[in-house]
Amino acid sequence: MIFGAILAGGSGTRMHISSLPKQFLPLDDKPIIIHTVEKMLACSKFDKIFIGINPSWASYMNDLLGKYEIDEEAVVVVVGGENRNSTIFNIIEGIEEKFGVSDEHIIVTHDAVRPFVTLRIIEENIEAALKYGACDTVVPATDTIVVSQKNDIISDIPNRIYMYQGQTPQSFNINKLKELYGKLSEAQKAVLTDACNIFVMNSEKVKLVMGENSNIKITTVNDYKIAQYLAIGGTESD
Amino acid sequence: MINYVYRLVSPQFISIDYANINVHDNVIVRPLYMSICHADQRYFLGNRDSDILSAKLPMALIHECCGKVVLDKTGTFEKGQKVVLIPNIPAKPSDYISENYDENSRFASSSCDGFMREFVDIPAERLLPFDKVPPQNAVLCEYLSVATHAVNRLIKYSHSCRDNIAIWGDGSLAYVVCCTLRELLPKSKITVVGKNIRKLSRFSFAHKTYLNNSLPADFKIDHAFECVGGEFSGFAIDDIISHIKPQGTMMLMGVSENKVPINTRNVLEKGLMMLGSSRSGKEDFQTALNMMQSVRIRRRLSSIIYEDAPVRSLDDIYRVFATDLNTPFKTVFEWNI
Repeated sequence: MIFGAILAGGSGTRMHISSLPKQFLPLDDKPIIIHTVEKMLACSKFDKIFIGINPSWASYMNDLLGKYEIDEEAVVVVVGGENRNSTIFNIIEGIEEKFGVSDEHIIVTHDAVRPFVTLRIIEENIEAALKYGACDTVVPATDTIVVSQKNDIISDIPNRIYMYQGQTPQSFNINKLKELYGKLSEAQKAVLTDACNIFVMNSEKVKLVMGENSNIKITTVNDYKIAQYLAIGGTESD
Repeated sequence: MINYVYRLVSPQFISIDYANINVHDNVIVRPLYMSICHADQRYFLGNRDSDILSAKLPMALIHECCGKVVLDKTGTFEKGQKVVLIPNIPAKPSDYISENYDENSRFASSSCDGFMREFVDIPAERLLPFDKVPPQNAVLCEYLSVATHAVNRLIKYSHSCRDNIAIWGDGSLAYVVCCTLRELLPKSKITVVGKNIRKLSRFSFAHKTYLNNSLPADFKIDHAFECVGGEFSGFAIDDIISHIKPQGTMMLMGVSENKVPINTRNVLEKGLMMLGSSRSGKEDFQTALNMMQSVRIRRRLSSIIYEDAPVRSLDDIYRVFATDLNTPFKTVFEWNI
């Protein structure tokens, strides 16, 4: 079975503008997360969409789903964890409680604050996860990436043609993800900021899916302003 | 939901606009296949008056499209139902003006955005469901409906002797008109007059084909369809006036950007009727879709379809318009952007 997993565990601290987590800020006529849920629901390949939410906001989220008439049969709200990966594993727990364990289960994890994702990206994630076991959505890096090991002086400037910027969705075969996570040491788990790294650290292949420059993550006030401009009919030339 | 809209901003320049679409009032359709019409190509290349281009652009192109329903809160369609999209958005119904001629109607990719969008939000009554027809064929429903509309107009307005009907033109419009005539007027003898022998050879189901420069002097017809358009419209119309019998009906279907001189003396002498026919309405779509249930019709349509590679990116949109310039018939493509 194929599951969507919307990651909404954040508490909005980087915004500094509101106590409301950023996924609940309005974008045109509805909260950011509702745009994201609607886009995920437009993909007919999902058997169920899970939303991993900060426990303090779970009830608020359920109210929003009712208010915006989201099909309650299609969506399940579960409590998120302390960080990204623990939210993913909480969702996996929810999936397995309802649908059992299977080598066939695929999870498409997506940031709640990326409402500009396209159906093509979602569908290519599903295809790649089914075929390769794991995939990551990326766009080629346009800025030169500079490495500084001590946050002071440049230690390396890698060739830009090999550099990509990671987006979401990131999609995985659930059993494979669990198996590889179990192989990591506690030290490795502590430095994980990205679920694809679970595969990379185990020397497993992760397929690239081309994202879109417009698939922005609304993290800062500036991102939010750009998203508001785009959502009301703004234009991007490519 | 945030929707991606691919709008032609100026000739050969497409940009992406983002629009929040309301998922509650209309049906949300994911386009599956699209087909390029000459009208879209003219906009894309900028082959329209600059005043018209500046009034209409930016605008999403494409009005020939089929898709599948992804969300329908009106309760009309099941999720996943395949549908043909009707590009006409009629104003209030009139007793005597068809929806496709009503000046207050809007038309996708002419007076409002066409279907080059990630999702199309469209009223339920502007959709026709289909199941058995492959989407590569169903995408031509609009095109075929233009022909069924014209043939039904001929049936409605012309005198009843329809023994011999000729079509001037050997392109895709002439082809679908020929297909339609064979179905709706099976007793009529259909002749196609063209200027390209290779294109004419595709009309295997016409009773007779002629090159325009080798028409017999005694060639006579009861009614005719002009499917030439462009700079050769005038020559075709002149030929028709010469060969049509008195009180025949000439269906004018080819679009010409320039004014065409017409031999009115002979039009008057013969008492001819010249009837314009453009676009189509919902009834015509249904007739076309019914015709497409026939394997014979689908096979015939397949021979004028060139399926280009799927569109997955903005660059692919440019590619399909370039492909269309180099294919003699209809360019269709999967929409997977």
